[in-house]
Amino acid sequence: MPPESLRCKECKTTYALDARYVCERCFGPLEVAYAPRSQVDPAALRRRVQAGPHSLWRYTDFLPVQTPRGTLAAGWTPLLRADRLAEQLGLRELWIKNDAANPTHSFKDRVVSVALARARELGFGTIACASTGNLANAVAAHAAAAGLESYVFIPSNLEEQKVLATGVYGTNLVRVRGNYDDVNRLCTELSAEHEWAFVNINMRPYYAEGSKTLAFETIEQLGFEMPDRVVCPIASGSLFTKIARGFEEWLEVGLVKGRVPTFNGAQATGCSPVASAFAAGQDFCRPVKPDTIAKSLAIGNPADGPYALDLARRTGGAIDAVSDEEIREGIRLLAQTTGIFTETAGGVTVAVLSKLAQRGDIDPDERVVAYITGDGLKTLDCVRGTFEACEIEPTLASFEAASERVPAVA
Amino acid sequence: MAVTVKIPTQLRAATDGQGSASVEGSTVGEVLDALYDRYAELRSRIAEDGGLRRFVNVYVAGEDIRFLEGLDTPVSDGDEVTILPAVAGG
Repeated sequence: MPPESLRCKECKTTYALDARYVCERCFGPLEVAYAPRSQVDPAALRRRVQAGPHSLWRYTDFLPVQTPRGTLAAGWTPLLRADRLAEQLGLRELWIKNDAANPTHSFKDRVVSVALARARELGFGTIACASTGNLANAVAAHAAAAGLESYVFIPSNLEEQKVLATGVYGTNLVRVRGNYDDVNRLCTELSAEHEWAFVNINMRPYYAEGSKTLAFETIEQLGFEMPDRVVCPIASGSLFTKIARGFEEWLEVGLVKGRVPTFNGAQATGCSPVASAFAAGQDFCRPVKPDTIAKSLAIGNPADGPYALDLARRTGGAIDAVSDEEIREGIRLLAQTTGIFTETAGGVTVAVLSKLAQRGDIDPDERVVAYITGDGLKTLDCVRGTFEACEIEPTLASFEAASERVPAVA
Repeated sequence: MAVTVKIPTQLRAATDGQGSASVEGSTVGEVLDALYDRYAELRSRIAEDGGLRRFVNVYVAGEDIRFLEGLDTPVSDGDEVTILPAVAGG
């Protein structure tokens, strides 16, 4: 099933597998097309996958790289059964895919692994990205591990934790005065001026394929079964749509039986172009100026918005938005019922999951998987001031006195 | 009024390899029409039903025209109009 070409999602024109992302005929997005998989023996394929490394490279048969390499082993993150959270929400079978458990603590390690491996095959010596933070961390780290030069462009108002956790790897860090969409526009222009592999611009068809591995892992970790419903955050819509593609590919080759799950997308109210278009019944997204604490989802002009809308509709799902307050509550709820501390994007996902449960959209018998894509240590400001700690002298009396005043500490 | 239009690499096969063009017009729509008059093939690549295809972004002085007045956005002498693919990022 080797990759065959890059193909336009709109007009189906094909191109060679090089560093390009736009159809010259109709300006549509390009994606990787593979040779037909009809002759594949699912049993042999399953054995090959299971004998592979405990990283996303166990799925190389489904990725657009010939020589999978990368010393930071991304992927193979835990899928945890969340019974306490399920009970609170009135659900029976809820799983949390904790993708914060990646080398740089977000799902971006997956997409960067694939983009960087392909960039090296194509002979690039420098990789770059436009980022809302998590991608910045991943590009800087993977470039350092591979010994490549890197340039990372971020909005100047990004959370300090994400800035620090990028600069430490020795990248060329560029803070742009503007929001993510300004950074993205600038990098789109820069990608034409420099011979760099911009992972989410000219390498985007390869990069996006990395997100399919979240679906493959989910299926494997469920014992080669499908979930009934997934809840997933939406920024550009790439992760959301590529998880679906992963499920579709494994159904197609017979590695799993069933149907594509219901897809629920999650956005923050302060940046919800896809949720708004879903609610309005439109098949395109009107761009917005983001204003939300969920900065990793703050893309006002989402490239895969139309495809995300189509996916939610054809699987009987929806795309919902939640307020900053609901996001904080989602972070707290996940932490206090599962022991997983997620960043704001995870708060968005859990808050939307709660909303779906309260609304009665989820049948209690459904098997639900929620995707937690990043680590709470990256957005510490969002939990600052949300609880109290008492300070005492190192004496028994001091503790007993304090515990009477603040029962919660006892 | 003369306005400079910046043309992305993906469209330069339709502009004889030119990366920018100076054209006349008082709105973005007029500027694009003037550009299509000069490079006829451009129209079929980025225009659709009197508007723009959905994966085309157009900026005036760095601002997306959808935050302005769309194709009716006024432009003045010396402004820079940038056409870019909308399929990057994330």
